[in-house]
Amino acid sequence: MREIEAKKITDAVKTLCIEANTNLSADVEEALNKALKNETSPNGREIIRQIIQNAEIARKEKLPICQDTGTAVVFLQLGQDVRLINSTLTEAVNEGVSLGYDKGLLRKSIALDPLRRKNSGDNTPAVIHTEIVPGDNIRIGLLCKGGGAENKSAIKMFKPTSSKEEIEQFIIETVKNAGPDACPPYIVGVGIGGNFDTVALIAKKALLRRVGQHSSAMDTVKWEKELLEKVNKLGIGPMGLGGKTTALAVNIETRPCHISSLPVAVNMECHAHRYAETTIS
Amino acid sequence: MLKPPLANKDIEKLNAGDRVLITGKIYTARDAAHQKFGNNPPFDIKGAIIYYASPTPTPSGKVIGSIGPTTASRMDTFAPALLDKGLKVMIGKGNRGQEVVAAIKKNKAVYLVVPGGVAALLSKHVKKSTVIAYPELGAEAVHELEVVDFPAIVAIDSKGRNVFEKS
Repeated sequence: MREIEAKKITDAVKTLCIEANTNLSADVEEALNKALKNETSPNGREIIRQIIQNAEIARKEKLPICQDTGTAVVFLQLGQDVRLINSTLTEAVNEGVSLGYDKGLLRKSIALDPLRRKNSGDNTPAVIHTEIVPGDNIRIGLLCKGGGAENKSAIKMFKPTSSKEEIEQFIIETVKNAGPDACPPYIVGVGIGGNFDTVALIAKKALLRRVGQHSSAMDTVKWEKELLEKVNKLGIGPMGLGGKTTALAVNIETRPCHISSLPVAVNMECHAHRYAETTIS
Repeated sequence: MLKPPLANKDIEKLNAGDRVLITGKIYTARDAAHQKFGNNPPFDIKGAIIYYASPTPTPSGKVIGSIGPTTASRMDTFAPALLDKGLKVMIGKGNRGQEVVAAIKKNKAVYLVVPGGVAALLSKHVKKSTVIAYPELGAEAVHELEVVDFPAIVAIDSKGRNVFEKS
């Protein structure tokens, strides 16, 4: 059993909040640069240039990439041989989010009650997903998820006999429905299988891969490539002004599911994909 | 170049797809502020520009934090009444509903878009920012912004032509 001060989690989460929001990760920037080379629409090219320029300003001046600094979605892999001391896991994470959003001058975007809409004031509570894993390390991933793209996400319970084409149509329709609204070029996270609850989670986890990194299953890799091509043929383009670049990636995660079910979830992500991770070892 | 307050003649010459630069006073308002003010906004609506946005906190030595657009269609239920009262320009991201397009045509107004997620870049065009109403809403308060050469694209013009439906 290894004792770890809960404060270490707080400090790590605080740093990740600021890092994710001000420093667009290299994989996204590389994908944007690649898209700029392929894009032929003048408007599309101009928007991609602005997105890249914005990332440079944000990094240099430590300004948030986007004013919607998101819901803090925290993915924890907690080693089963770790014993936290001096606080609880949830408190430590929320304290980190609170400090990070305060010190980093990030926008507080969480309403404490969905109907009364009072702002919590410090962007807590975070959404926390915890997995217990072997070992004595703590891996922390932080996705700062904007509201606009989240609003365009969708879930559908298919029949187990539904065809691959029907699933494909649902994915493409979801992107089409997001249209210009959710800040294209998108990253499209797709979950297939599991339950009503797990399918949404795996769709979100699909977003955590580095852009350009495909599934570990060979047949899924092929499907991801085909879907990306089809999505980009929609012509929505950067900011919805037309072009070849509607998405930077389509990532699919699958899970076993009930013989009666075939859940599919599509989690839309904007080009301002803010994800950072670290390990406490 | 658009300099509010705007008259019909300023609006009628704009065509969907045009790039424009805005200099002057514009007002931020999004969901919560719209719900509060209904069709009586806390600024002179005649010829005004509303920017669907709420900034990040202002760093010391700067005028404002990052400030990009939010999804405009969430304000579709509020927009027609404001257009009837003289609102001339709305700035946001994404497409608008039919009722807004109809109110835009009827009142000779225009809907502009700015790229979502380039909020640090857009903050460079804001020279002054003052909260003029609902400070209790935090970032969602109504801000009066003085902008210079704020870049936008005409998405829906006063004739109802829509850049998103062309593409």
